[in-house]
Amino acid sequence: MCLAIPARIEEITGAETAIVNLGGVRKEVSLALVDNVAVDDFVIIHAGFALQKLDLEEAEHTLALFAEIDLQEELSQGKTGSGVV
Amino acid sequence: MAGPKLDFKHGCVDMSHGSGGRAMAQLINELFVTLLDNEFLVQGNDGTVLPEAKGRLVISTDSHVVSPLFFPGGDIGSLSVYGTVNDIAVMGAKPLYLAASFILEEGFPLADLRRIVESMAKASQNAGVMIVTGDTKVVEKGKGDGVFITTTGVGVVRDGVTLSGNLARPGDKILLSGSIGEHGMAIMSQREGLSFDAPIVSDSAPLQGLIAAMLDCGGKLRALRDPTRGGLVTTLNEIAKQSGVGMMLQEASIPVNKTVEAACEFLGLDPLYVANEGKLVAICAPEDAERMLSVMCNHALGEGAVIIGEVHEDRHCFVQMNTRMGGRRIVDWLTGEQLPRIC
Amino acid sequence: MRYIDEFRDGRLAKNIMANIAHEADVARNYNLMEFCGGHTHAISRYGLGDLLPPSVRMIHGPGCPVCVLPIGRIDMAIGLVIQHKVILCTYGDCLRVPASGGMSLLKAKAQGADVRMVYSVTDALSLAQRHPDQQVVFFAIGFETTTPPTAVAIRQARVLGLSNFSVICNHVLTPAAMHTILINEGGAKLNGFVGPAHVSTVIGSKPYEPFANDYGKPVVIAGFEPLDMMQAILMLLRQINQGRAEVENEFTRAVTHMGNLKAQALVEEVFELRDSFEWRGLGSIPHSALKLRPAYADLDAELKFSLQYHPVPDSKACECSAILRGEKRPQDCKIFGTVCTPGNPIGSCMVSSEGACAAHYTYGRFKDVAVMAA
Repeated sequence: MCLAIPARIEEITGAETAIVNLGGVRKEVSLALVDNVAVDDFVIIHAGFALQKLDLEEAEHTLALFAEIDLQEELSQGKTGSGVV
Repeated sequence: MAGPKLDFKHGCVDMSHGSGGRAMAQLINELFVTLLDNEFLVQGNDGTVLPEAKGRLVISTDSHVVSPLFFPGGDIGSLSVYGTVNDIAVMGAKPLYLAASFILEEGFPLADLRRIVESMAKASQNAGVMIVTGDTKVVEKGKGDGVFITTTGVGVVRDGVTLSGNLARPGDKILLSGSIGEHGMAIMSQREGLSFDAPIVSDSAPLQGLIAAMLDCGGKLRALRDPTRGGLVTTLNEIAKQSGVGMMLQEASIPVNKTVEAACEFLGLDPLYVANEGKLVAICAPEDAERMLSVMCNHALGEGAVIIGEVHEDRHCFVQMNTRMGGRRIVDWLTGEQLPRIC
Repeated sequence: MRYIDEFRDGRLAKNIMANIAHEADVARNYNLMEFCGGHTHAISRYGLGDLLPPSVRMIHGPGCPVCVLPIGRIDMAIGLVIQHKVILCTYGDCLRVPASGGMSLLKAKAQGADVRMVYSVTDALSLAQRHPDQQVVFFAIGFETTTPPTAVAIRQARVLGLSNFSVICNHVLTPAAMHTILINEGGAKLNGFVGPAHVSTVIGSKPYEPFANDYGKPVVIAGFEPLDMMQAILMLLRQINQGRAEVENEFTRAVTHMGNLKAQALVEEVFELRDSFEWRGLGSIPHSALKLRPAYADLDAELKFSLQYHPVPDSKACECSAILRGEKRPQDCKIFGTVCTPGNPIGSCMVSSEGACAAHYTYGRFKDVAVMAA
């Protein structure tokens, strides 16, 4: 219901404003809803406002979860030697 | 004619420029005839007599109301020339002559008007056409958006060529000449309230050269169309409905420029529905598709050409798509204009 | 695009789908509700329904603020802009919603009313500053994601001393709606929820705890991208199969337990709970929506212009109520796809592109007819 996108802070332009960059598209957004944001941080943008800082470590962690193969599946394939448990 | 020349620096259009008198004649001569300079326009008659044409004639007309008037990659002038040139070329015809009518708003700066007409002169040259007749009217301030331009064009269809949206058949391949969404997003980037610092340039261009090369190669083409308003998907739905067939597209094969994609993400728009002004869709017999693709890729305006899907039997005329995720969906007609969303 | 493209990787999708297929017990059915309209849209747009095992059924929830906005509220806005000749600003989503008498904000604009689409509430505020002689009213919609921006704008208007800016507040609350779903017939049949992505970045994962603890329904908060959704579905299946009912967070890169406290505080300062608010399709729900606090009364357009709300009932043939509560599917509605289409939406589920009916019509109706697969 809420279209929001992660974008990189390119420049802090005021007390509560910044320019974000997403794939080469730049837009000024408000930082009124977040604290302690710096250049090169990633933030979630919705309707012209940054809502939250992205936790990059957690992002990597989630991607790693996607790549996990179900353990039981692995075990059942053990006979064909297709992977290490 | 005695009297001061038009002031192109500070002057503006006023009601006298449309009233048929001296002021209008001056505008026509000093601006249109001078800049669009050709043997037909200087005849100066109500109608222009053209040389005999051998073959089937194609005629097409288009009105241009784009706002803003000037945008990265073009303006209302070049757009109006290329738009009509393309509508003729996709019928398998060589575009020859254009007529251009202007509705000018009182107060419109002559400097801008000159810029637009200069752009039309250049575009006509690029496209190998001549603007041979025209008309000018002026409306009161507040009753127009600066300028509206209508162009009507004629061309001659190549012997033996018949291209039509109702000729697609099951098995045919669907080819696209390049990446989508550039024109629409270039316009969006200029509009008040939606400002982006993005280097998106309109793809507005004349396609008659590319199309000539495609026709030259002898491959069996069923239809050509340029996906303007409503984007690629609207054009494909039109053809599917006209031909009474269905289509299956591969999402991963549809090229979208990275910046266009990002701009669409920002606004919640789908590039599949965003306007293009320099691209074409070709429905081609399957045995000729690879050859046709190769010809397109060798042309400057078809460098990024790809096969994006195939026609199949479907009495419901759905245009379907295999998504990047491996699922399937339809890509349906738009309901009204696509608007940016927050949800 | 970083942190977007990686979460749309088709190869990883295959992997997660394999895990889901492995986890799903063929001997039972799983009825999962994705609350958020954005998730509904993602499922349809990527054709995810195709990829799930037949035992897993996704039921589309009412998390679509345009869909649940009562016609009477749009009528109010149209009445305001025509009568008082204000500049009415709103998000693009609202413009085409059909109101009473065949009208809409877009149609009112065509008739000469000054209706303007804005991307952000800040644009409306700027308009008010640039036109001090005209009244500018912002028609605010949205769940908890969109409410904080409105709060910021209202505070800003106060700081700037603007007397020509006001807001019609239609902000609604997610947990209240989820609660309504669960106490109705359809709710009992639900086995779990996919929780909204961006609402949760603001409110945190804490507010969903009652649904797990008191109703015994697992909740997994999912990010916005297709891989996020699929992983969340996998996590739900695991919970259900293991007999657990917990709140889990798949969207850890943006959602914390407590959420965005700064945003919550701002909302708390500007808004208070309405006793009751009518939700299209769900009826009146207590403590489910917000209005401006008395301290901000001068910025409340409903008070400023003495606007009256008149409820407008939906067509009798419309099944949106049942669909929003997950009791019926779009295809079960007699007028789906015939009378009621995105071009002529009769009910709320068809009005916005992420309503259950609109999503199914636009992306999935080909499955209802026998179509030859290519």
